[in-house]
Amino acid sequence: MPTLIQSLFVTLISAVFWFSPVTAQEDETHENSNGTESHTGEEFDAGEFIIEHVLDAYEWHIATVGEKHISVPLPIILYSNYPELHEGKKLHVFMSSKFHHGREDYRGFRISESEDFKGKIVEIDNQGHEIGRPFDISITKTVTGAIVSVIVLFWLLFSAVHTANKNRGKAPSGVQNLLEPVIVFIRDEIAKPSIGEKKYRKFMPPLLTLFFFILLNNLLGLIPIFPFGANVTGNMAVTMVLALFTFFITNIMGNKHYWKEIFNPDVPVWLKFPIPLMPLLEITSMITKPFVLMVRLFANMLAGHMIVTVFLSLIFIFGSLMGPVAGYGVSPISIAFSVFMILLDVLVSFIQAYVFTLLSAIYFGMATAEEH
Amino acid sequence: MLSAILSVLLQATGGAAGLGELGAALGAGIAAIGAGYGIGRIGASALEAIARQPEASGDIRSNMIVSAALIEGVAFFAVIVCVLVLFI
Repeated sequence: MPTLIQSLFVTLISAVFWFSPVTAQEDETHENSNGTESHTGEEFDAGEFIIEHVLDAYEWHIATVGEKHISVPLPIILYSNYPELHEGKKLHVFMSSKFHHGREDYRGFRISESEDFKGKIVEIDNQGHEIGRPFDISITKTVTGAIVSVIVLFWLLFSAVHTANKNRGKAPSGVQNLLEPVIVFIRDEIAKPSIGEKKYRKFMPPLLTLFFFILLNNLLGLIPIFPFGANVTGNMAVTMVLALFTFFITNIMGNKHYWKEIFNPDVPVWLKFPIPLMPLLEITSMITKPFVLMVRLFANMLAGHMIVTVFLSLIFIFGSLMGPVAGYGVSPISIAFSVFMILLDVLVSFIQAYVFTLLSAIYFGMATAEEH
Repeated sequence: MLSAILSVLLQATGGAAGLGELGAALGAGIAAIGAGYGIGRIGASALEAIARQPEASGDIRSNMIVSAALIEGVAFFAVIVCVLVLFI
């Protein structure tokens, strides 16, 4: 039986709900995908802020001082579908600074604000209507981030190769000390148990590439200083390509036993013959496995970045809602939480790289398993 | 309590787009509950196993992390579907 004090407490708290005004309001139709409008320049648009920070962009935005944006322009490479509008020229290469942060048109192209193509480059005809997207292979922020991490990776790995060659027969030194335990870990804990002693060597290059690429991109995405801090693995296109690597390697290296298990498994005939139920199920699982790999890595990294951005934007939301003092008051808590989330994200980076590589190794092992 | 539910429902049916957003938010919340419950069970059994046999704690720890990552993947599926509802 609850005591009198407890009952009183519950009554007082729930009284908040009894006396709140109940009205039905007409739903405001939302023009942009985030549903928050900025009234004047002062209003802080949290949705826009967060989305800008985790998505891809045509220029690398570093800071905004008052009204001025400081950003690094990146090359834009387009193949136009309407060369008649550009005197017959199909290929266009220019720097993204020509768009002046999306405010101006340039040579018949514009960064669109419409529903369908928000934030992407569209072609415009002579009257200014948007007529569709050109074939867009620009070097965007994500691509630049991937190139930067590849440069760091090459630097690390080539110096390790150099010291390994010098130290043949001697104890390892320098960068070798960093990389050798990781490579041995992948070989002994991931490749050998999953693929087997006899065949694991063929699969070591893709496994090592996947692990180091994912790990380095995850970690560099957390550093907020200029050439790092691009959200590369939080982009579905990147993780889709990585999952496609696993998919293609699994199916190309699959041996006869693997394909037999998919199209002609040892099950009763009625599951295979008039309607191939088992083969359909197996093909579904064949497609689902890389899809799950893709979504797992993408969602983990995107969620991590978004949570950090949300905690930081809490400061500005409180500041614009209840005055600058509230903003300053929330800052220590907000920054503490953000630091904690970034540290958690470091752990998650390692775990996600490990899980992606482990699952790829398991799929390779299943594809090359012997008859038992 | 009843008036709180009433006010939420009234606002939701005020426009068709609102109902979809309500569904997406609820779905993400339920996915979080599912993930929390599942990973909680993994953690509990891992801790029990370590208590029974402390020498195996390294093996148990890596298996626990792998299982947790796999279950989180499923929860993230649900979150991605909810985000798609909101933005497409």
